[in-house]
Amino acid sequence: MSTTVNQFMGAPDKAGRFGSFGGRFVPETLMPACLELEAAFTDAWQDESFRSEFSHLLSEYAGRPSGLTVCENISEVLGCTLVLKREDLNHTGSHKINNVLGQTLLAKRMGKTRIVAETGAGQHGVATATAAAYFGQECVVYMGEVDIKRQKLNVFRMELLGAEVRPAMSGSRTLKDAVNEAMREWVSSVESTYYCLGSVMGPHPYPYMVREFHRVIGAEAYRQCHEKLGGDPDVVVACVGGGSNAVGIFSGFADTEAELVGVEPIGGAAVGHGVPGVVHGSKSYLCQDEHGQVLEAESVSAGLDYPGVGPEHAHLAEIGRARYESVTDTEVLAAFELLAQTEGIIPALEPAHGLAWIYKAREELAGKTVLLNLSGRGDKDVAQVQAIKAGDAEALETMKS
Amino acid sequence: MINLQESFETKLAGGSKLLVPYVTGGYPNPGWVELVEGCVGVGCDAVEIGLPFSDPVMDGPTIQESSKLALEGGVTAPQVLAKLAKKTFEVPLIAMTYYNIVFRMGHQRFASELAAAGFAGAIIPDLPMEESVDFAADASDSGISNILLGAPTANDDRLAAICEASDGFVYAVGLVGTTGERSELASSSLDIAKRLKSLTDKPVLVGVGVSNPEQAVEIATVADGVIIGSALIRRVLDTGSPSAGVEFIASVREALDAM
Ligand SMILES: Cc1ncc(COP(=O)(O)O)c(C=O)c1O
Repeated sequence: MSTTVNQFMGAPDKAGRFGSFGGRFVPETLMPACLELEAAFTDAWQDESFRSEFSHLLSEYAGRPSGLTVCENISEVLGCTLVLKREDLNHTGSHKINNVLGQTLLAKRMGKTRIVAETGAGQHGVATATAAAYFGQECVVYMGEVDIKRQKLNVFRMELLGAEVRPAMSGSRTLKDAVNEAMREWVSSVESTYYCLGSVMGPHPYPYMVREFHRVIGAEAYRQCHEKLGGDPDVVVACVGGGSNAVGIFSGFADTEAELVGVEPIGGAAVGHGVPGVVHGSKSYLCQDEHGQVLEAESVSAGLDYPGVGPEHAHLAEIGRARYESVTDTEVLAAFELLAQTEGIIPALEPAHGLAWIYKAREELAGKTVLLNLSGRGDKDVAQVQAIKAGDAEALETMKS
Repeated sequence: MINLQESFETKLAGGSKLLVPYVTGGYPNPGWVELVEGCVGVGCDAVEIGLPFSDPVMDGPTIQESSKLALEGGVTAPQVLAKLAKKTFEVPLIAMTYYNIVFRMGHQRFASELAAAGFAGAIIPDLPMEESVDFAADASDSGISNILLGAPTANDDRLAAICEASDGFVYAVGLVGTTGERSELASSSLDIAKRLKSLTDKPVLVGVGVSNPEQAVEIATVADGVIIGSALIRRVLDTGSPSAGVEFIASVREALDAM
């Protein structure tokens, strides 16, 4: 992994700003830990032995490189060439493992033996529990009570892996509240505990560090596109919750001619609503009311049910390098089934957002090559979708649009 | 308008220890303004007014609950400030809120509305030293002191820089954790107070975890005063009425005065 010059997605400034977004808005108790983490990451990322150990874990443990699949069947339906980056085929079933292996390896290097994480869909929680089991670290995962219900399979997976899952009972009892609880736990145990944040959000250096650990997605996809398609795709699409899978794949194409599109759920469209704010450690776009109270997101997908977004996305939107679109829950479920039935691939509900937008925009995309980051597989969502289709009242409650 | 540091220094020069209770603006509703008045009536030296925020990551269960109840009651920061603007208090008021409330309102508007409502300072726990430079300048233009926190996790160099930049007084975070009552006084409370006192001449008040008169007295042997939130709010949550909170603050005042 050589250090390349990145025009559009380089390092943030010293204060952790991407343009006017980012920073370190955390309680003073955590500031020394943020500074320590920044120093530890900077040191590790320049250290060839850390890099090679990380690469080794990605290939031998996570199963990278992940494939690139040109989807002929669905391309006929869409009228464009759909290419999938297969993060669903990684160990634990999503892109989340890249970041987690990087962070738990860093935690080990820093001598931290206890890991705390938040999770929405449970994919980051499962990945963290997995890596913690592998490295022999103690693991506590906060998860909103609503998400515990709709992602039961992942809760049990985390428990099987030896992690303790603690329900977040405040607010909307989804990802936002799990982050609040994880941050409070971090405030209380910062001296012994490593906080393994699951997306490109939070205080500096997380948005930067997590992106660097996911850069492998874009680097592989770039190489694979050139090998299989003979060049760059016209459009690169990814779903955006906090935005980690999206920055991962965008980073490979930011300095090409490809258009970059992030897709948010309509009930949690932080960039889409376009109001700057500060929550969970960074300045970014935020769904909030006129007085600055953070709104509760509403999405069928637990992984995207979040009112904020990583600061680098706010920056990419502001400078016009990426555009952000939104889709409804109904459109997402249709896309979920479409991919299953045409390609035999059941996607997670999160990347089904990306596909839902591609389907909706198919006229605009006609004849183009569209690369979608298939950030995870849908096993975790099958029970929820089954219940929605059967008209189960509680499951239908998770469908808001 | 009252200058925070001068007001505190005058009291300290008179030999008394400082007592600053925290009240969540908008909880209980009605009754929170009476709670503020009651605390002033029993001799506190300033009142910290919480402007409730949806995601208070520095707060434990008690203040989370009072903030949630206030927000569910529909209270907003401008309403809290407007209510207080109608009253006159003999002691300074200090706002405690999270940065998004300030950012959304705009630094200058926030600071000038605070000043208009009788405030002398602001504590914004998620706006650490490095991020607070612009706000501190805008606040100071309206006569509002931006108070910084010094935590047990910081080294002496960092604490010294915080003392230098903090305006009004220095808020010593008594323990590594969120706000809330603790049955035992954390030893870190005394340590952080001692460290900060050795680094600054500004008043040093310890908050977070101060739970009863005995703990307040022990801290005040080292620090200039205490800030008490959860122990007061919990009594109001339990009884639904401000008077239990006021009585509690009176008991802390009595204990500090007997030192
Ligand atoms: C498969 C999958 N994709 C995407 C996301 C959203 O996260 P991010 O926006 O950080 O990629 C999640 C979160 O749980 C997920 O599980």
